[in-house]
Amino acid sequence: MTTAERPVLQKKDYKSDQDVRWCPGCGDYAILNAVQGAFAKLQKQLHETVIISGIGCSSRFPYYMETFGFHTIHGRAPTIATGVKVANPALDVWVVTGDGDAMSIGGNHFIHLLRRNVGLKVLMFNNRIYGLTKGQFSPTSEQGKVTKSSPLGSVDYPFRPVALALGAGATFIARGIDVFLPPREEVICKAAAHQGTAYCEIYQNCNIFNDGAYKGITEKELREDRVLYLEHGKPLLFGKAKDKGIAFDKDFRPSIVSGADLARAFMWDETAETPAPAMALANMDESQFPVPVGVFRRRVLPTFESGIRAQIEAAKQKKPQTLRDLLYQGEIWEVT
Amino acid sequence: MLRWHSGQRCVSPGVFGWRIAVQRVQIVRSSPSPRLGVGHKGPLLSAVHRIRHAVMADGSSTAFVQKATQDLDQVVIRFAGDSGDGMQLTGDQFTRTTALMGNDIATFPDFPAEIRAPAGTLPGVSAFQLRFSSFDIHTPGDAPDVLVAMNPAALQVHLKELKKDGILILNSASFSALDIKKAKYEVDPRTDGTLSGWRVIEVDLEARTKEALASTALDARSKDRCKNMYALGILYWMFHRDMAPTERAIEEKFKKKPDVVAANLMAMKAGFDYAETTEVFQTAYRVPPAHLPKGTYRNIMGNQALTLGLVAGAQKAGLELFLGSYPITPASDILHQLSGYKHLGVVTFQAEDEIAAVGAAIGASYAGSLGVTTTSGPGVALKSEAIGLAVMAELPLVVVDVQRAGPSTGMPTKTQQADLLQAMYGRNGESPVAVLAASTPADAFMVGFEAVRIALQFMTPVIVLSDGYIANGSEPWMLPDVDKLPKIEVTFAPPQAPGTKFEPYKRNPKTLARQWAKPGTPGLMHRIGGLEKQDVTGNISYDAANHQHMVDTRAQKVANIADAVEPVATLGPDRGDVLVLGWGSTRGSITSAVLQLQKQGHSVSACFLRWLNPLPRNLCELMQRFKKVVLPELNKGQLCMMLRAKFLIDVESISKVDGQPFKTHEIVARLSQCLQSLKNQGVSR
Repeated sequence: MTTAERPVLQKKDYKSDQDVRWCPGCGDYAILNAVQGAFAKLQKQLHETVIISGIGCSSRFPYYMETFGFHTIHGRAPTIATGVKVANPALDVWVVTGDGDAMSIGGNHFIHLLRRNVGLKVLMFNNRIYGLTKGQFSPTSEQGKVTKSSPLGSVDYPFRPVALALGAGATFIARGIDVFLPPREEVICKAAAHQGTAYCEIYQNCNIFNDGAYKGITEKELREDRVLYLEHGKPLLFGKAKDKGIAFDKDFRPSIVSGADLARAFMWDETAETPAPAMALANMDESQFPVPVGVFRRRVLPTFESGIRAQIEAAKQKKPQTLRDLLYQGEIWEVT
Repeated sequence: MLRWHSGQRCVSPGVFGWRIAVQRVQIVRSSPSPRLGVGHKGPLLSAVHRIRHAVMADGSSTAFVQKATQDLDQVVIRFAGDSGDGMQLTGDQFTRTTALMGNDIATFPDFPAEIRAPAGTLPGVSAFQLRFSSFDIHTPGDAPDVLVAMNPAALQVHLKELKKDGILILNSASFSALDIKKAKYEVDPRTDGTLSGWRVIEVDLEARTKEALASTALDARSKDRCKNMYALGILYWMFHRDMAPTERAIEEKFKKKPDVVAANLMAMKAGFDYAETTEVFQTAYRVPPAHLPKGTYRNIMGNQALTLGLVAGAQKAGLELFLGSYPITPASDILHQLSGYKHLGVVTFQAEDEIAAVGAAIGASYAGSLGVTTTSGPGVALKSEAIGLAVMAELPLVVVDVQRAGPSTGMPTKTQQADLLQAMYGRNGESPVAVLAASTPADAFMVGFEAVRIALQFMTPVIVLSDGYIANGSEPWMLPDVDKLPKIEVTFAPPQAPGTKFEPYKRNPKTLARQWAKPGTPGLMHRIGGLEKQDVTGNISYDAANHQHMVDTRAQKVANIADAVEPVATLGPDRGDVLVLGWGSTRGSITSAVLQLQKQGHSVSACFLRWLNPLPRNLCELMQRFKKVVLPELNKGQLCMMLRAKFLIDVESISKVDGQPFKTHEIVARLSQCLQSLKNQGVSR
């Protein structure tokens, strides 16, 4: 295509004419901004891009993007997006969802989407609370969370979304944090480049109902010690001076190493066949260990829609049939 | 071994003679058949003569050298046995053969949900009833003339329905003390007079089959499984059937197992020869071909016809069909069949659940395919929120509900029509959708096609109601001329230049359908969703006047469908004493009942509704032209309630919810009461 047909787009071109109606100070603004930035970087064409969401604060996202958008029903965005992608694999289809939408009411669709490896990009904004319904605990809220619906603290254990995605066989899993601009945009670009389902969990602060959920991680002065940047082909190091590392024992139990032991820090391979190191990182206790951000897993596997299309194309080649032949097949007889 | 039971050594004139007498009333009629469009033209009186003559000749002689042949104009046969006895296959083979021999035929498979219930028990009994004739028929018949009972349990369940003096073929091999006990008989029913009044023929099917297959290398179990084919062979001799179609079908079905093919065919031929040579089978019966309208025919089951209708609709619209489905009885066969149509560009997606199935179909429609989802009542319940989304987003969607007996899991293999109100109103908010129903297995083709046409033309979800009786029942289908099926016009919104704002809810002024904007089309970027939208622009709107306008517009759009569908016609005069309304699978029984009463001189007409939402424009006026309107339904009066509410007409419900279709005589009885009460009131003509 010529540039006349594919005009060069600026970040502002991805903004729709609708007023953004999230609460002032919501982490969603930063994510919206990052997605628009990433899309400009990738020169995504507006008419080839479809953003599909479920229900929740995050799911208002499509209205603010100047692409095709479908704001669907609670938890079901992966199903509708699957239909879109299979019907027209040429489209670039994104799902925007939240921890309630994807992990709770839509949990079933979430795991099945991942196991099928449909070529969708899934951005899950995890604020660990129900925001749109005004503050009940979510399936990612920590145990003991005191909310309107859990005045004595929630009894539920939370999901660890990355571990869940690994269990479901996801081929691409990443994590970002709303306020960390560069890694987040980079995560979005990497997800965009992945062929199958690309799942990104994005820690997002709800400043109304769960303010400060990630404060112990995101505060500028704590950040370098509390965040582990996953870099492909490099050891798992963190701290301002990169003087601490994560090592695993033979059972993939993590430990923090430093000094002379720093050389034992695990060499990160996001393309590893075994999910064991990624699972170990996904299950690390946030109170004891730094929070990993970046790509947990990236594996190349044929996509669902390509498999379906291949079967259809092969069948068409093998057995062309007219509508008449279809109807007039089997045992037929004439009455004269 | 084989013997006549309790001294009934000859064929009595009873059962078939009586049938003929009754049928003569039913079929010598002037009004055309609603389904096939012609009356019977056969030489009926002479047929009766021939039979009586044959019966007399036959009854006076026990000679077996020259076996007699009687001509009949119809026969009802029921095969009954264990779920694993192959009754459905046997019935299916008889049906295919009979259809190919030019008879009209209607079938009713009736089986349990258990794949293999414990052998020999009552819940494990599976049955297949078929009725074939030399005239146009509308139902698989009420009571059978012939019952084949493969074990005491099958006898226990089905004997009470066998016509008095009817033929009962028993597999004597399965009458051990344990079999008898499992069937809840205290003593052997063959010994205590239980079977008196029927013409009993006992055949040790196991011994006979084993004997016939002595030369084959199959193991004993595999040989035993051929006994249904031995029974089929006997029936083929009794009813002058050609074995060739079954030979072809068995060769095809087991083409990778030639030894199984050989054994099955040997068993069938042995059964045929046995019936021909032994003296117990005195008479064979011949049912001449029916006088069906000119054309090319194929025997078809309802699920098959519906599937083909959907495919034909998609092809005539030039769209790819996308099926999202989750397996459920009795709808799964549609998923199976469509999954074999990949060569026609059909995409099938077996989803993780009912909701994902409809969600994916909606997504496919959004992307420019024809989205279809198929299920039964429990599945519709799960899909209802998503169907509401398709209402709001104004996208085409075909939802097929093959109804079964509910509520909850209910009786999955039994039929009912109790999802009508769910289809009509089972969503939150004011959420109108188009609803139509198939009335016979063959009718399901045009119903599927119509559903596609309306969904696309009006950008709306359409719910197709079928049911278990239609889904698994079969009849000859006069194949349509493919070139004469209407083309379905689909216009996608064209690309727009940059800088112009696309208006997703701009409507066709006549239909009120909105434009279909395919993602991927330059310049058409827009956002839709479940939130209320401003008309034309599609922006989110909480404006009071706009919401009122949009609710009214969505309702009007569905109401406008009435302009695009045929008005209803009546079977019989369009005014009179009693109008019998019907929708869905009750059509056959209502037709038979109404034709019977018309022949008796009663002022009764029938009218069958394909469209339930919107209702045909001329329905109200038609109802007003009759003194009484009655409505048989396999539910507690759902359409009756709708019509009473809408038209303030005192429609009387004939309700039945036992999981079985209406028998013709049940409807005749209720209509007779109704006619009598009109007469008593002095209002009948």
